[in-house]
Amino acid sequence: MTLLTAPYLIFIAGLLACCGMCLYRIGRGPTAPDRMVAIDILGTVVVGFVAIVTAATEMTYLLNVAIVWAVVSFVGTLALARYLAGKASHE
Amino acid sequence: MSDAVGLTIISIGVLFDIFGCIGLVRLPDVYNRLQAATKCVTAGTCLILVGSLITLGSMPAAVKGLICIAFILITSPTAAHALARAAHHSGVKLWDQSVVDRYEKDLHAARAKEDSA
Repeated sequence: MTLLTAPYLIFIAGLLACCGMCLYRIGRGPTAPDRMVAIDILGTVVVGFVAIVTAATEMTYLLNVAIVWAVVSFVGTLALARYLAGKASHE
Repeated sequence: MSDAVGLTIISIGVLFDIFGCIGLVRLPDVYNRLQAATKCVTAGTCLILVGSLITLGSMPAAVKGLICIAFILITSPTAAHALARAAHHSGVKLWDQSVVDRYEKDLHAARAKEDSA
């Protein structure tokens, strides 16, 4: 299992720290757009995570996961943004 | 050799990601957080992808990875723009030390034009 060599462990620890900071911002708020920004950033960080796991294990089919994750994260963010903007203008 | 280059680029990308997320935690309002986090994390993730492609060194993986990089480079600014617009429309205030809000001014001008028409 090549995932457990030293450089990749350090990279994974760094990205886990990023995920932790995003989760802190999602939990803390204080407004809905803050949480949406953090969710969007979390999606992008996860794409990087998948890329590192691909490089470490040499399972290149995992790059498909990265592409799909980027697409789904983008669509989700856009839907939430449209929802929030529309809700404000109708009130 | 290609391993060393790839690992170096990946570590630069991870550093960018960490700085972006520190900005997400530390900065004072939505708009500051958005611009710090979006730019840093986009650059960091693209660098991680480039580094892992160099480490892998195979052609099909490179094509897939480049598609992923192009997609992130197109969608990330779009999502950030939509988020900033949604935040402004939903009435999130700027930080009290922010100096200029041109979008608000433009919206006022557009509303005044509509009223006079």
